[in-house]
Amino acid sequence: MSDLTRLSAAEQSALLESREISSVELTKAHLNRIAETDGDIGAFLHVSDDALTIADEVDAARAGGVELNPLAGIPVAVKDVLCTLDMPSTAGSKILEGWVPPYDATPVARLRAARMPILGKTNMDEFAMGSSTEHSAYGITRNSWDRTRIPGGSGGGSASAVGAFQASLALGSDTGGSIRQPAAFTGTVGMKPTYGGVSRYGAIALASSLDQVGPVTRTVLDAGLLHDIIGGYDHHDSTSIADEWPSFADAARRGARGESLKGLRVGVVKELDQPGFQPGVSARFHETLTMLAAEGAEIVDVSAPNFEYAVAAYYLILTAEASSNLAKFDSVRFGLRVTPSGTPTVEDVMSATREAGFGAEAKRRIILGTYALSAGYYDAYYGSAQKVRTLIQRDFAAAFAQVDVLVSPTAPTTAWTLGEKLDDPLAMWLSDITTIPVNMAGIPGISIPIGLADEDQLPVGLQIMAPAREDARLYEVAAAIEALLDAKRGSTFSALTPAYNGGAS
Amino acid sequence: MAKDALMDFDKALEKFEPVIGLEVHVELSTKTKMFSSASNIFGADPNTAVTPVCLGLPGSLPVVNKEAVRYSISLGLALGCEIAETCRFARKNYFYPDLAKNYQISQFDEPIAFEGSLEVELDNGDIVTIPIERAHMEEDAGKLTHVGGATGRIQGAEYSLVDYNRAGVPLVEIVTKPIYGTEGRAGEVARAYVSTIRDIVRGLGISEARMERGNLRCDANVSLRPRGDEKLGTRTETKNVNSLRSIERAIRYEIQRQAALLDKGTAIIQETRHWHEDTGTTSPGRPKSDADDYRYFPEPDLLPIRPSRELVDELRAALPEPPAAQRRRLKAEWGFSDVDFQSIVNAGLLVEVRETVEAGANPQSARKWWMGELSRTANEMNVEPSSLVTPTQVAELQSAVEAGTINDKLAREALAGLIANEGTVAEIIEKRGLTVVSDDGALIAAIDAALASQPDVLEKIASGKVEAAGAVIGAVMKAMGGKADAARVRELVIERASA
Repeated sequence: MSDLTRLSAAEQSALLESREISSVELTKAHLNRIAETDGDIGAFLHVSDDALTIADEVDAARAGGVELNPLAGIPVAVKDVLCTLDMPSTAGSKILEGWVPPYDATPVARLRAARMPILGKTNMDEFAMGSSTEHSAYGITRNSWDRTRIPGGSGGGSASAVGAFQASLALGSDTGGSIRQPAAFTGTVGMKPTYGGVSRYGAIALASSLDQVGPVTRTVLDAGLLHDIIGGYDHHDSTSIADEWPSFADAARRGARGESLKGLRVGVVKELDQPGFQPGVSARFHETLTMLAAEGAEIVDVSAPNFEYAVAAYYLILTAEASSNLAKFDSVRFGLRVTPSGTPTVEDVMSATREAGFGAEAKRRIILGTYALSAGYYDAYYGSAQKVRTLIQRDFAAAFAQVDVLVSPTAPTTAWTLGEKLDDPLAMWLSDITTIPVNMAGIPGISIPIGLADEDQLPVGLQIMAPAREDARLYEVAAAIEALLDAKRGSTFSALTPAYNGGAS
Repeated sequence: MAKDALMDFDKALEKFEPVIGLEVHVELSTKTKMFSSASNIFGADPNTAVTPVCLGLPGSLPVVNKEAVRYSISLGLALGCEIAETCRFARKNYFYPDLAKNYQISQFDEPIAFEGSLEVELDNGDIVTIPIERAHMEEDAGKLTHVGGATGRIQGAEYSLVDYNRAGVPLVEIVTKPIYGTEGRAGEVARAYVSTIRDIVRGLGISEARMERGNLRCDANVSLRPRGDEKLGTRTETKNVNSLRSIERAIRYEIQRQAALLDKGTAIIQETRHWHEDTGTTSPGRPKSDADDYRYFPEPDLLPIRPSRELVDELRAALPEPPAAQRRRLKAEWGFSDVDFQSIVNAGLLVEVRETVEAGANPQSARKWWMGELSRTANEMNVEPSSLVTPTQVAELQSAVEAGTINDKLAREALAGLIANEGTVAEIIEKRGLTVVSDDGALIAAIDAALASQPDVLEKIASGKVEAAGAVIGAVMKAMGGKADAARVRELVIERASA
């Protein structure tokens, strides 16, 4: 019954609860789908051999009348940036090849506590540095809509796995758009929570002040259900927010019932809606605005003048923090060790290991960050970037004084073809212009699919942003828009996905 | 290693003015480490007191130990510092295999305590005020053991072992401002300063402060400037100074070494130098100037710390009395002469004697143990007396003497047992069979045997020469392997003579 994989997690959950299907059946369906399609898609770096055991246990528990989480028994994919006790965790880097951590990341531990079978670990740009998943040390991942194209990045593996029906749920991480941009490119839903909303413990750090773990799914409700499980305070992460959070699934259900859009003040950020964006992207975006207005939303133009500096400042803060975070990869305690011939010193071994173990993009960013933090340059680079960060936060604060949510296209373009921007790092970096301000301010942002671009028939994403800690507002508004679009279309967005049942492209 | 040329100390002082600066690291005795739940213990098997955080494993995150923050605030207050309303941790980035993350979480431009001063007392009772720049929190590094080299240093070693048990142990680093005007007493001032800090942290109960274990470490910065110059000379930083005595010696050595170089017109290299206890010399470590870019930036994994004023007031109210006031009080309470009391202070044993008295011993006995047998043994072993036994053990030992269970001679043997870590006083007495023999039957038999070879003793005693008993007592003690209760033997001999 392979169409089980086409269902949303909420639908799968209903079938499990009514005992129409078992978790073993559901998990097998997804494992089969992975076996059939992943040779070409390349979403997974590692497929678990434990998922069916967990599924079996959940079925037994359900038969025994144990009260279970709504997502219990529903298989989930996990981005390889998250530490897992029973599977290698490489963050897409050769320097961590085969490394199995002695602990679970908190979000993973919470999946296990909710009794969700973990399907495996998904591909990503090395240490989440990239926007196309072409910087993985373990090969590329293809876009489930068009296998000649990139799935976005860094979380292309999780997005493609969900887009290709290999999993209905996945975890991603978002430092500058790594959940939202791949979601937009693969027609899926990707949510970057408020900074501190989901524990970073066990997420292999790229940039500590920007990283955030979040859900990747095909519907807004599914994202809410998953967020309810992984989110909330964790004493292992000092930046974790201690407040109680409302149920995000409830917020999504509230939004889907309608009424949420009437009177909603929707701000359009001028700086994130530029004439240079791909026409098909702009067209779908403006159509959506028109639709929202027709539903009684008030569309307000707002300006965020300092967003202009966001990408530049982001690449100083990110590289500075990354240069320090990646220093631990030195061969002494774990991971790759390369010993040069002769009588090498420990510095020689560290140096040879890092030379061989890091890819070009990682090296580029480590060098930049090291430079940005150097004595004499700190104020001009890192210091100035932090000031820009404050200005961006003020721009958001001023905008949210006028509106309830802000919207923009999630990315300036649709998915580009494999290799297209590989030789132009700057073009690659600029592709995150729309998502980066959200991370700089620590606010939540979600991407939902709103249609296909006319010129290439590829998915276009809408990014919705809310003030920090207002994640529930995002789920409500996103679910309302999703419901409206589904109704207009007469189907879910994922139903439009071109059929693919395996074989080379 | 070529031997350094040294200038005569007095001559060096004639030509140059020494300026010193001291960095003291205090390891806090919190239950767990600075940023992880790993146990903060000394002496565990290598790499057993660790968590993913101490090992810097990917994905692990630091969490601040609140107890360590409280200890640091208390220490800051005891040093007369202001306590920051808000302070931050920063990353100090450098690659070294004992540093698991290849950055140390420390504090840079926003320390928890700053602008203090500390009065220290010199051997002759003079008081010197040491200006304190800051006291900041940081984590300790792991411990490296270099195997297969001649020097025990990383250079030339075949391989090195790393023990991360110490990685992440909470430290407070106390940094002085430049200390001027110490002249020929530079070394003594430094020793008195570190000794005072040791008394303070022990008084606060926030550190074991055992220098030989590295709980308390001092780096001594020394520079010389020609008499009359305003500008400070180039400084060296001497590390690996593990006892109070070596602090004084190391500073003296550096003054003589630098003076000899400057006198020849040779520039001083700004560098780290290692103190060698055995030779009493320093040798160059790595040059500092080119390795100084630590790329500090605020630690993004931790939030700023804002100690509430209520907490600061509470900790201030709970501070123990300052060392100088405590000394005045103890001297009066114990009824010691100036000379006796000052000798304890100068030996750096005030805390030990005080704690021994607090544990139940009388002040005279406490002083006798620490200044006598323990100092002597420590000197022979080239360690600090405090590393040999605890004050509680000394008090137990003295209590056994006073109860008549052991005599002074046996007590010294029991002390050797304590130093060798053979167990409690009671266990050692039992195991080594140290109880004095007070069984009259056994004693009388031994006395009879002694009298047999010295028959005239009884007559001498009977004729009033009581001191003649000494010969019999000595013989009985010898016969009984020192375990006889001498006072009882004496009584029995005199009884016999008067019978």
